[in-house]
Amino acid sequence: MKLLYFAWLKTKTGVSEETVSPPAEVRTVADLLIWLKQRGPGYAEALADIDALRVAVNQEYADFTDPVAPGDEIALFPPVTGG
Amino acid sequence: MIRVQREDFDLGTELRALTDGNHAIGGLASFVGLVRDIAGGESVGAITLEHYPGMTEKMLKRIEAEALERWPLDASLIIHRYGRLEPGDQIVLVATASPHREAALESCHFLIDWLKTRAPFWKLEDTASGGQWVDARDSDNAAAARWSKRSD
Repeated sequence: MKLLYFAWLKTKTGVSEETVSPPAEVRTVADLLIWLKQRGPGYAEALADIDALRVAVNQEYADFTDPVAPGDEIALFPPVTGG
Repeated sequence: MIRVQREDFDLGTELRALTDGNHAIGGLASFVGLVRDIAGGESVGAITLEHYPGMTEKMLKRIEAEALERWPLDASLIIHRYGRLEPGDQIVLVATASPHREAALESCHFLIDWLKTRAPFWKLEDTASGGQWVDARDSDNAAAARWSKRSD
């Protein structure tokens, strides 16, 4: 699955885009965030406060209980501040 | 019509193009968002707007489709810029046109309120204490919530 990071998520993880293959037990957005947190200190810091971030799966806003699957595009970002 | 672009836009040109030749339009409403030089009491030198190519256009089209469904509009336009912008620069244009003023004014207000909570842009402010990512505001969410349809 393809992961995209925006704003301070990108700064803290040091990554703007990457392709990952999490284990089969990672089935939901929440599972994915837990799995990502343990990948390194940058990830742990970026994902320390889950309430501070939003997720999109295949360019649709997603809840933490929504499923994720191989081939999905998942984006992590803070609440939007356009306009 | 949705445009996501780096380049600046000319308000007069865009508004004229929106109504050109359609004489059923009696009301044309518009909003322009501009970069301010003060944020949270600190002076802001410049901002950089990041966005999510693909999802940005998708969300703006969806917001526009909802406005077209809720109000009798002849035309609507959203232009949102990204990249580095300085105080006084234009960030966003929302414009709507309808036979009468109420639909144009209300839908314009709806579009900017919704855009601020749904369109995937993020602002980085260049301040004396360094780059600061702007926090979303509760007042923006409250403003968008005002437009939620009552359930019947």
